[in-house]
Amino acid sequence: MPEKFDCIVVGAGPAGTACAYELAKAGVNVLLLERGEYPGAKNVMGGVLYRKMMEDIIPEFYKEAPLERPIVEQRFMMMDKESAITFSYKGLEWGREPYNNFTVLRAKFDQWFAEKAVEQGALLVCETVAVECIVENGRVVGVRTDRPDGDIYADVVVLADGVNSLLAKQLGFHREWRPDEVALATMEILKLDKTVIEDRFNLEPNQGCTIEIFGDATKGIVGTGFLYTNKDTLSIGVGTLLSGLIKHKMKPYDLLEYVKNHPMIRPYIQGSEPVEYLAHLIPEGGYHSIPKVAGNGVLVVGDAAQLVNAIHREGSNMAMTSGRLAAETIIMAKAQNDFSESMLDQYRMKLMESFIGQDLKKYKDATHHFERFPQYFEQYIPMMNRAASQMFTVDGASKWEKQQKIWRDLGSAKQKFKLARDMMKAWKVMK
Amino acid sequence: MNFDDYRGIWVYLEVKDGNIAPVSLELLGAGRQLADKRKTELAGVLIGSGVKPLAQTAVTYGADVVYVYDDPIFAYYRTEPYMRALLDCCEKHKPEVLLYGATPTGKDLASAIATDLPTGLTADTTILDIEEDTGLLLASRPAFGGNIMATILCKKYRPQMATVRPKVMKALPPDPSRTGRIVEEHIALREEEMRTKVLEIVRETTKKARIDEADIIVAGGKGMGSKEGFQLIHQLAEVLGGAVGASRDVVEAGWIDHHHQVGQTGVTVTPKIYFAIGISGAIQHVVGMQNSELIIAINKDPNAPIFQSCHYGIVGDAFEIIPLLIERFKEEIPKVKAAADVKEEIRHA
Amino acid sequence: MLHIVACIKQVPDTKIIKMNPKTNTMDRASAPAILNPYDAHAVEEAVRLKKKYGGTVSVLTMGPPPAVKAIKKCIELGADEGYMISDRAFAGADTLATSYALTKALEKIAKQRPIDLVICGKMTIDGDTGQVGPGIARRLNIPPLTGVKKVVEINKEKGYAIVHRKLEDGYEVVQSTLPCLFTVEKDINDISFAPLPNMIKAARYQPTIWTADDLEDVDRKQLGLKGSPTIVSKVWAPPKPEGGELLEGSTKEKVEQLLSLVLAKKELFQ
Repeated sequence: MPEKFDCIVVGAGPAGTACAYELAKAGVNVLLLERGEYPGAKNVMGGVLYRKMMEDIIPEFYKEAPLERPIVEQRFMMMDKESAITFSYKGLEWGREPYNNFTVLRAKFDQWFAEKAVEQGALLVCETVAVECIVENGRVVGVRTDRPDGDIYADVVVLADGVNSLLAKQLGFHREWRPDEVALATMEILKLDKTVIEDRFNLEPNQGCTIEIFGDATKGIVGTGFLYTNKDTLSIGVGTLLSGLIKHKMKPYDLLEYVKNHPMIRPYIQGSEPVEYLAHLIPEGGYHSIPKVAGNGVLVVGDAAQLVNAIHREGSNMAMTSGRLAAETIIMAKAQNDFSESMLDQYRMKLMESFIGQDLKKYKDATHHFERFPQYFEQYIPMMNRAASQMFTVDGASKWEKQQKIWRDLGSAKQKFKLARDMMKAWKVMK
Repeated sequence: MNFDDYRGIWVYLEVKDGNIAPVSLELLGAGRQLADKRKTELAGVLIGSGVKPLAQTAVTYGADVVYVYDDPIFAYYRTEPYMRALLDCCEKHKPEVLLYGATPTGKDLASAIATDLPTGLTADTTILDIEEDTGLLLASRPAFGGNIMATILCKKYRPQMATVRPKVMKALPPDPSRTGRIVEEHIALREEEMRTKVLEIVRETTKKARIDEADIIVAGGKGMGSKEGFQLIHQLAEVLGGAVGASRDVVEAGWIDHHHQVGQTGVTVTPKIYFAIGISGAIQHVVGMQNSELIIAINKDPNAPIFQSCHYGIVGDAFEIIPLLIERFKEEIPKVKAAADVKEEIRHA
Repeated sequence: MLHIVACIKQVPDTKIIKMNPKTNTMDRASAPAILNPYDAHAVEEAVRLKKKYGGTVSVLTMGPPPAVKAIKKCIELGADEGYMISDRAFAGADTLATSYALTKALEKIAKQRPIDLVICGKMTIDGDTGQVGPGIARRLNIPPLTGVKKVVEINKEKGYAIVHRKLEDGYEVVQSTLPCLFTVEKDINDISFAPLPNMIKAARYQPTIWTADDLEDVDRKQLGLKGSPTIVSKVWAPPKPEGGELLEGSTKEKVEQLLSLVLAKKELFQ
């Protein structure tokens, strides 16, 4: 007779592990299934972990978790072919407790986090793929794994199986994602001496810096590049909407190579040695793409529920919070021994009331807007760079003349009107 | 333990197909150098049935003394009787150093002897040296999957023992005029007391190359153009008696199944020779083969990163080069084989 | 009913491990700890024999506390019980001291349930010696059968085992009395995909852990570094070829150069 758990969580990423951790802590008998060799083995992200949402789960986790560097500086580069405009904020208050956020390497961090869930009493089983939900009388009663004698039952199943959530799709919760709802991120981890990193990025030991790169990083395709400092490695990557790659007939790896060789980026990474290559899909459909997240005996959390704020490159924090909210709901459901959809749907309400729902709603049209109007990346960023170059090049021309020139560079009256309209639109989707 | 009681460099003489195994002759060559440096005798220990005539062969290859245990109970190798004989010899004559070929038999015997004596044993040695004054054996070997070399010492026990990889040391040219002592030894063993019995010996000649065990891997990438083009990779592998490897995109394109995929998401391999043909050399591929002994890259693009990760590279068209290679290997490999056979024959003549 | 004990070891994955080129030391963090691949086959074979003849499979390891993970892996593969000896006194052991400590643990296990068969992997990928298995056999005074690639028969009533031992150019069929010890080749079996109940059992499993004091009649002088005749005097990086030398000349000339490079490794073609 197959064993029955109170809850099965499918996927030991930040969402699933957060959920399992909270459940185990409350004394719920929870099985955490992971397809990778260990938690984090198959997980990819740029590598920024947000302190607040993690602390909601494990207070003062930063005292023991395997973190890379607390981030004290965030830079934003508007990059053209051989120029860039950079904005930056550096604040030492972020380098002290309780910190703001950290760079992490997921392979290390996820393992540690899952270990914490196990300490709370969750049972972690790796190298096991959940292939489908077992549905009886219209409700999910367990999962079928790829292993022999692989059926396992539970009162409730939490799907934290990532962006492509096969299980949620089988249940009809969501359709196949469109290429403009998912981004493909490719990244490399580059080994570089600790002191060299600190020199190049102007950091003290135990300080980190993140650089978000817009414009030529993606050759004008909607998306961003990033370069983050870890302890003795750099994470460099580029993420673009799948639709953009298809349209431009680009291979993601080529784009990464392009960024690595970009004259604005190369000096940062010179002399480093690639130690790992990773690629992953990121759900960027936003608010409009959030699927059904609760059913009879089942909840969907994290990437599987498309909970990513593409504009602020936030995902792991939303994942963790969604996992925590799912756990809260399950604990409540267990108390009443009611795992019906109407009961579990309280999770959706919690989600929408939280910062997740609020933020995703705020930016609900942003990605789509930039995807539909590629001129922001293709034309305006180079235009800004030309303007800056004009303004700051000392060549004997008067500042007045320079302004005239910049103005002319914006094109005909019609083009200027379009530019103004685009900026208004951008403001509207971002505000 | 009085170290002064232990003298002489010994080689266990493995018998294979009625002859002294090539590795044992190589060890006589290496042992000769050690013995000369230490100004001591080189001895061989010969165990088998009807093997006495081979003792003289050992002398011609450098031995000063050969201890012979010739008895029907030694008709084929078994740990127990061989171990008892060699232990008997060690107790009687006390060698300072005892070397074995790192063959299945040599390793099996050495491990048992080391436990019973007891003494230290260094496995798979590739470099041997001895301290002239102290007689301390410096046995060096690749460690941790060949990532480092380590020198191993055994300071407090005698004899010092090591198994030595075949084809690393050099045998001396046989000198028929050499003379040496041949000492016949006996040990009373009864077949009824033996706990193991060999029922049958089966010779297998077919060598089926598996990618994770193959000595030679010919790997092809997207540069081979198509599944049909990739056939050239198979052909070259076949001529070389090697296995076929592939990069990820080739596997994804369905030219070959995923068992052949080398790299981060495939198999990691460490063959003696690795051919990367039409493979660009992305990091995810390179991590799967970078520890190979000899990496040869063939690629049309002189800027392909694979040229940073190989020992030798050819910039050129694989479709032109591979057929030439196949043709030339077909001519040359049989010659190498023949030369080896002739050497064997001379050795045993 | 057979009692089979598989001796296993957790090892750094040497295929992945990276070296620090400056210090010539291993970057241990770069290599995950895994169950020695040969030992996985040892456990798999033990479990298969158990299925065929009935009985119990125990696994034994010596190592630091994290090596529990390797035992759990064996439980996944179908082992029933796991034992671990873990003590600073065992640290720094070479093959001789290792076989001594493991033998003492085996003797203790045998007191609880007599052992019919010990199975080890042919060698570990970090030590690469293949000496511990035969060492254990000598200490237990049972026949060692090294390089086993097939088990033909185990007959407990009549007290014998028949196996195929791999030779350089074939194999031999050997009969041995029981109990005895096998060291197994990788091609003895294919590792089965563990059923889910085993995975769950393994996730919960806590092995029996013994310190040196828990073992009986132990001569401490034979343990760990003290009991190890061999010492590593120095390590150095194997000469790495400069790499990337491009062969020059016409296509024909390049092919000829390549040919001689390859054929220089003549042992591969003999």
